[in-house]
Amino acid sequence: MPRPGFVLDVDRSTPPILFNHGETFRLEKLPPGRSRVIYPAEPLKPLEHPDAAIRHALLNPVGDSDPLPALLKPGMRLTIAFDDISLPLPPMKRPDIRQRVIEAVLDLAAAAGVDDVVLIAALALHRRMTEAELRHAVGDRVYEAFAPHGLLVNHDAEDPDNLLFIGTTDQGEEVEINKRAAESDLLVYVNINLVSMDGGWKSTATGLSSYRSLRHHHNVKTMQHSRSFMDRHASELHSSNWRMGKVLRDSGVKIFQIETTMNNNVFGTEGPMSVLQKREWDWTARDRVTFLGLQKGLDLMSSSARRSIFQAWRAPHAMTSVQAGEVEAVHEITTENTYRQHLVPVEGQTDILTMGLPYICPYNVNSIMNPILVMCLGLGYFFNLYRGRPPVREGGVLIMSHPTPWEFHPVHHPSYIDFFEQVLADTTDPLEIEARYEKQFAEDEWYRHLYRTSYAYHGVHPFYMWYWGSHAMQHLGQVIIVGGDAKAVRRLGFRPASTLQDALEIASDVVGRDATVTHLHNPPILMADVT
Amino acid sequence: MSPKRVPELKKRLPVNGRALVQMARPSVSAMLRRLPFPLRAPTVPQGVEPLPKESKIGADYDTEWARSYPARLARVLLVEGVVRPAMGALASPEVRGLDRLTGLEGPVVFAANHHSHVDTPLLLSVIPEPWRHHLFIGAAADYFFANRVTSTLSALVIGAIPIERQKVSRNSADQAAELIDDGWSMLIFPEGGRSPDGWGQPFRGGAAYLSLRCEVPVVPVFVEGTGRILRKGKNVPRPSPTMITFGTPLWPDDDEDSRKFGARLETAVAALGDETATDWWQARQRAHAGHTPSLQGPTNGAWRRTWALGDRKPGRRGPKRTWPDLG
Repeated sequence: MPRPGFVLDVDRSTPPILFNHGETFRLEKLPPGRSRVIYPAEPLKPLEHPDAAIRHALLNPVGDSDPLPALLKPGMRLTIAFDDISLPLPPMKRPDIRQRVIEAVLDLAAAAGVDDVVLIAALALHRRMTEAELRHAVGDRVYEAFAPHGLLVNHDAEDPDNLLFIGTTDQGEEVEINKRAAESDLLVYVNINLVSMDGGWKSTATGLSSYRSLRHHHNVKTMQHSRSFMDRHASELHSSNWRMGKVLRDSGVKIFQIETTMNNNVFGTEGPMSVLQKREWDWTARDRVTFLGLQKGLDLMSSSARRSIFQAWRAPHAMTSVQAGEVEAVHEITTENTYRQHLVPVEGQTDILTMGLPYICPYNVNSIMNPILVMCLGLGYFFNLYRGRPPVREGGVLIMSHPTPWEFHPVHHPSYIDFFEQVLADTTDPLEIEARYEKQFAEDEWYRHLYRTSYAYHGVHPFYMWYWGSHAMQHLGQVIIVGGDAKAVRRLGFRPASTLQDALEIASDVVGRDATVTHLHNPPILMADVT
Repeated sequence: MSPKRVPELKKRLPVNGRALVQMARPSVSAMLRRLPFPLRAPTVPQGVEPLPKESKIGADYDTEWARSYPARLARVLLVEGVVRPAMGALASPEVRGLDRLTGLEGPVVFAANHHSHVDTPLLLSVIPEPWRHHLFIGAAADYFFANRVTSTLSALVIGAIPIERQKVSRNSADQAAELIDDGWSMLIFPEGGRSPDGWGQPFRGGAAYLSLRCEVPVVPVFVEGTGRILRKGKNVPRPSPTMITFGTPLWPDDDEDSRKFGARLETAVAALGDETATDWWQARQRAHAGHTPSLQGPTNGAWRRTWALGDRKPGRRGPKRTWPDLG
């Protein structure tokens, strides 16, 4: 029976707490008497027979939908879209959930005599997936059956010939998605829900759309009005996507949504990495030796060697639920199952929120975590992992731990380099950045070319990363990064600190000397249910 | 005297030359026979039917010693140190479908098509853990256990147990079932022998029977390319790439007997063959339409069967060195 997440009040007997620090770790003592640690729940028990569960979901849909076999007819056009490389994190061990689901769908399609099938990686403005990444996601069998014939493709949000304008929402938001998906007799969307932000209408209305459509909800205003974007009912980002979903539905696009949830088993229960997932007081002598060895070994390595090791890690995530059918009905169940794993009740807000940032975020899989992504992971994702109120009070301080190297992947993140060098050197204000620079980057022909033909994120993507953190920036009094490259941290507009104690000292200028501290013990992922 | 005259002289001698030569040769068995009883074996009185001699080879060969820890250790060393590198060099195996075994636990029966003597060592080197070193193989009693030397080698190196293929033998089945019940997995070639012409042969019921009897799943396996290395009738192997495709484990249905289950197993292996020759999607479409090409090939004339073999080109991945499409 997995233990639920909980809040630990720190006293003198509390052992040092593990902080992730990029590809390394820090053990930090939190001030006793005024600190607490939010621990995630242990990984939920996975489905015993995932393939049988998938088949059951396809045959017994929820909401207003027929079973999948009834929707499949000979001669029809079937499109299967699936989540891209940004999910799950870290990438999971084979077989990937997408492979299981897609094979089950294709098997039913083959039984129904469907010939015209296309698979699309729904990557919106993310970088294209490489062959190896596609093979990992959909499996070798599916890849080899479809990719050589051009029937397994990356979505291209800049290909005017393959986009279709569907209509406009009642609030003037333009809806434009992949033409093949829109014109198919059936669009099957295969989703992985790592956090509650994923899935629902966001899958189609974001994953298969273009810049023209995305800009209506990927902007500063939407982000600042999403409290948080992990809570669908309080998220303006989701409201916009749901409005777009209604336009899609009303236009006749037939969607069969398949959503899956997974447990937070990131490092497993055995092997040298398992210690990173244990609560500190559960560490055995063997765990301690392993941790010390791991830490010393990593210290001796170059940053690229450390990165290679961690990026090669495949998590033993396992599926905890699968549901299929009508988009909104499916997503309601999915959200419940996601919350079942992630929600931890937390009473009241804190003055200082601390977090150790790991080596990975949705946009640096097989890549480099550059300073903009560090900001996005901390202020965008981890800060927003709440329901109700943020765990830190308005005007409070956020202390993050990460090396924040001034380093970029030149192939994956070309526009990030210019954003960091030019835009952030000028201003860090999201609204000003949006007004002055976004259009120029979004319509830059060179970035567009790299997005379409290389493996680059779209020119506008670093802007979205910055907007992602705009709610946190608006809410917080100060942001401090511990152990980061001081120059890079200052460029982000944050304060650098060498140690956590220094950071707490700096924070006391903003929140006073007896400020309360809350640490988000992450990963695995948790979501604070703050009352 | 010329050498030509020696045989003539021998014929004329009043003694038996051959007997003289035999007597002059020291023979242990002859010496033993000259010993008095009870130092020598008793003679059988006339009119008495002696008990039949107990066979120690063939289907009666006792392979229990091959599952002792020293023998298992020796087999692990042989498989990992000799068989795997040799197969890597000879057959460059490409293994597919291992993801289908995710979550599978306990003993299983691996049932593969059979083209060559290379199949066994090749499968031994690619069957994944935890099964690879806890595996026994059903081998033809009349071939692999024909004498004590081949019997010992078969039992030690490939962990074989003798399977009667000329007749239905309760002994073979009991032995296999007992081992499966003890947690051992089995590799079996349900065709009963190597392909004589490159096409498959009808499956026999052994794998399905054992699955039903021991309540364990059967993993269908399709081996492609070993016929090019050492087909039946050849003695010298020729290096050639191979592809091994593992299928989804099959459990017998409640209402299925071994004949029906065996037929389903054969279809599953044939579908894997189709998947290897084309791709997974086409194979699934044909499987659902009931058009999976049979392992046994067309039923027309011999030359047409040989001709049709050429159409079964494997969908093997070669190194792709094409330039990216830059639009």
